[in-house]
Amino acid sequence: MRPLRRYLVRAVNFAARRRNDERLREEMQAHLAMQTDENLRAGMTPVEARRQAVLKFGAVGAVSEGYQAEQGLPLLEELLGDSRFALRTLRKSPGFAATAILTIALGIGATTAIFSVVDATLLHPLPYPQPRELVKLVDDLPGIGGRDVGLSVPEWRDLQGSGIFRYVSLIGGGSVNLTGSSQPERIQFLNVTPNYFALIGVKPELGNGFNPQDQTPGFTLEALISDGLWKRAFGADPHILGKNLRLDNDLYHVIGVMPAGFHDPGWTTAQRNTEIWLASGFAGPPAPPPVRSPRLPLEAIARLQPGLSIDAAQSRMDALVSSLQKQYPDDYPAKARWTVRLVPLKESVVGNVREPLTLLLAAVGVVLLIGCANVANLLLARASARAREIAIRQAMGAARARLIRQLLSESMILSFLGAMAGIAILLGTRRLILRMIPESLPRLNDISMNWSVLLFALAITIASGIIFGLAPAWQARQVNLVHVLRREGRGLLGSAEKSRARRIFVVTEFALSLVLTIAAVLLLRSFWDLYKVRLGFNSRHVMSVRTWLPIPNDPQADPYRTPSQEALLLHEVLRRVRTLPGVKDVAIGDMAALPLDHGRNDLNPFPLIREGLEAPVNQAPVVDAAIVSPEYFHLLDISLLRGRIFDNRDIETTQSVAVINEAMARTYWPNEDAVGRRINLNPAKPKWTTLIGIVADAHTESLAETSVPQIYLCAYQRRPKDLAIFLRGELDTAAIPEQVREQVQSVDSQLPVFGARTLDDVLTDSLSGRRFSMEILAGFALTALLLAGLGIYGVISFVVGQRTHEIGIRLALGAQRVSILKTVLQEGMGLALAGAAVGVAAALIASRWIAGQLYGVRPTDPLAFLAVPALLIVVALLACYLPARRAMRVNPLTALRHE
Amino acid sequence: MKQKTDVKQGTLALMVLRTLDVLGPLHGYGVARRIEQISGDLLALNQGTLYPVLLKLEHEGAIASEWGTSENNRRARFYRLTSEGRKVLQAERREWDQTAAIMGRFFDVKSEDLV
Repeated sequence: MRPLRRYLVRAVNFAARRRNDERLREEMQAHLAMQTDENLRAGMTPVEARRQAVLKFGAVGAVSEGYQAEQGLPLLEELLGDSRFALRTLRKSPGFAATAILTIALGIGATTAIFSVVDATLLHPLPYPQPRELVKLVDDLPGIGGRDVGLSVPEWRDLQGSGIFRYVSLIGGGSVNLTGSSQPERIQFLNVTPNYFALIGVKPELGNGFNPQDQTPGFTLEALISDGLWKRAFGADPHILGKNLRLDNDLYHVIGVMPAGFHDPGWTTAQRNTEIWLASGFAGPPAPPPVRSPRLPLEAIARLQPGLSIDAAQSRMDALVSSLQKQYPDDYPAKARWTVRLVPLKESVVGNVREPLTLLLAAVGVVLLIGCANVANLLLARASARAREIAIRQAMGAARARLIRQLLSESMILSFLGAMAGIAILLGTRRLILRMIPESLPRLNDISMNWSVLLFALAITIASGIIFGLAPAWQARQVNLVHVLRREGRGLLGSAEKSRARRIFVVTEFALSLVLTIAAVLLLRSFWDLYKVRLGFNSRHVMSVRTWLPIPNDPQADPYRTPSQEALLLHEVLRRVRTLPGVKDVAIGDMAALPLDHGRNDLNPFPLIREGLEAPVNQAPVVDAAIVSPEYFHLLDISLLRGRIFDNRDIETTQSVAVINEAMARTYWPNEDAVGRRINLNPAKPKWTTLIGIVADAHTESLAETSVPQIYLCAYQRRPKDLAIFLRGELDTAAIPEQVREQVQSVDSQLPVFGARTLDDVLTDSLSGRRFSMEILAGFALTALLLAGLGIYGVISFVVGQRTHEIGIRLALGAQRVSILKTVLQEGMGLALAGAAVGVAAALIASRWIAGQLYGVRPTDPLAFLAVPALLIVVALLACYLPARRAMRVNPLTALRHE
Repeated sequence: MKQKTDVKQGTLALMVLRTLDVLGPLHGYGVARRIEQISGDLLALNQGTLYPVLLKLEHEGAIASEWGTSENNRRARFYRLTSEGRKVLQAERREWDQTAAIMGRFFDVKSEDLV
């Protein structure tokens, strides 16, 4: 308490600039007078009495210094004084100040920007209560290559009753037709078990949530809607509760509106933008009867019992899995090696961006370090120019510690000014920067300039201030007064050590920027290789437009119940769309057939049962199928290798047929002809599908993965609901969406038409994540290169300046100007080569770290490792040439007279 | 001549408080003289060092001060103990007694006591 009060009084004094030196003076006078009086009484002469009194009092200077210190806050006062002084000196050299501040602003601004993204995505917990208890359940079948295969309802019930979790929720979903408003709308929905919101821990803003105890086997017909949908489609109707919604022709009623700003945790951008949540037990129609296998293609999340660690939960989970395997050996064959992994929910959401984001943070940190090295170099150059000033101060009695503190506060001021400029620029360009971030980044909405980001900025500001301030302060520590003063500002100001420090900085800068540039070149080459990948399909002049047929819970409400019923619709849509201006070819397929533009949910995984090979269903490999109309292959230029493709005679009543790609034939029918073989794709019905043709591999799944086995089924024999209409020709991309909508809705006015895109756009988008990190890294690398170039330029100019006199003498003695040029260039090249050597070694280590993000190039790509150092040396040559030329043109007379 | 001890860090403030506690309000010179007197002239005290300590104690609220007139009609600043200061003194004194007692036991201990 007491010290607090004391500091309070002192702080108030300090703030009010109140000082009471008069009081001490008066007290001292009185004190001395009284002591003198007493000494006089003891019989001393007046002079002696006074002398003894003063002696006894002690050093007046020290006393009043102590007294003054106690009055205010001396450290703070000193700091303010130093800062004022620093600001004054900076104002006197605006060029230096601007360069240094801009360099720091760039470094700190960029680092803070990247950190704010890292902070929002990786560091902040998910915005739900007790986020640590949330896990995703991942079912794997490593024995037969199954990853995240989903869960069955009996398994869900086992997990619910296991005591490991407070809640377990199953999550399905996709998009659904919302009709009733002005235009049929396609809306993202999630289909969850009724305990979902109890699990997440979020309540609706308006109305009630689902009843977690609800045992309805199928859909409960209750809907929760997002705040956004409520405002957009219902005009924020306060009486929305109990009103009806028509989704895929089924009637639901709204029971609640979620709070504004609530986002579903979600694994894809689409899921995070969910606007309707529906509850279902997944055990009644339209879901199949609850059996252990096959599993439903659902996601599952859970909330752990409070206090249970994820490791403890995992080991209890493992025990549960093995006891279930014993109990139901038919459903869980040992060969499949069923496991359930508990992954922290946050990790499952942001796990795949951790590596690129960490890479970017490291890269921007390197840029900041290079910036610091540059500023340190500038400061060192200034320190040698100011060596005399500092020596004079020291000679006049300034303590070294005090001088070092003053130099450090100067660098701190620089650092803070730079940081303020950097953050101001950042705030000014915030919108622009946010727009650069690809939409697929999870938790994009959480990015903000919050306290932890500002704290981080403060920390790196102080750290950089210390980093680049230490060098000149360290030099000031060991100034030899006599030497500096005797030189009287002539000749060599920088000691050998000083220029050694500057050389070390330049070598470091070179090495760091080399590492960055090599990383950028490696990413660039990966990107280029992906871009140039042989797609296997022709994306030019192709547009896709999506529509979706309703899947009502009541089969009687479905006008497209059978393949034949739907084939009529498909033929009519294709016929009408073909008449649109510019259109040459049309085809139709499902979402899985839409190249590179579908999520995991859009695929149709089938257990592949080859006739005469696979017997039990649950040991069959799983393959993805796309449903397409016969024209699809021609439209996308996917060439037929063997057999035939579909034609219009393949209909519901004829033999079921399929086309496979080359990868599929190679994987599952090695060394034999797959055409004519039969497979069963629906274990419930013993109905065989005959393979009629093999087509070339197309990169429709992912650009990076080569040759994914793919099976194509005929649209007229299946009932695809999630449709993509493909058009090729000289298309008017602006008019097509509306024209297609008219044509489709003239066939069935209840169908939504949406998602019109050119395939080229899709292709570009699928690379956006990679392009983002590559572009930023390339930007950083260029900046680093520029800074390193400036650094070497600064050092060589300085060296030339120092040696002007020497060069003058050499020239006067008859040295060739070319040999002077050579000497200077040699000096610069020495630094650049040393930097390049260190950098290559560091890059060899660092590039292994980014190997996971490379495609088509090895982390030790010889091109990158030869070209980049060469480029760096060219930059160094250019940077050294200017000062070298200046050295060559030194006029010996001027140089000597300068002495 | 007797060897004089330096004033140990922190003890000067306590001496000031105790002096004011025993003798009531005093000016700076008075405090200095009394401390010398009480310590039996064994302390090497630069009298001036007292003033920053007095100011610190005043900032802490342990003492208060005001201008007054000395016995020889000189204008001087008089310091007195506040009730807060008295509490501080008592607490500190207990601590010193305890420390002294503990140290005393260590100095007095003989090997036979510890069998």
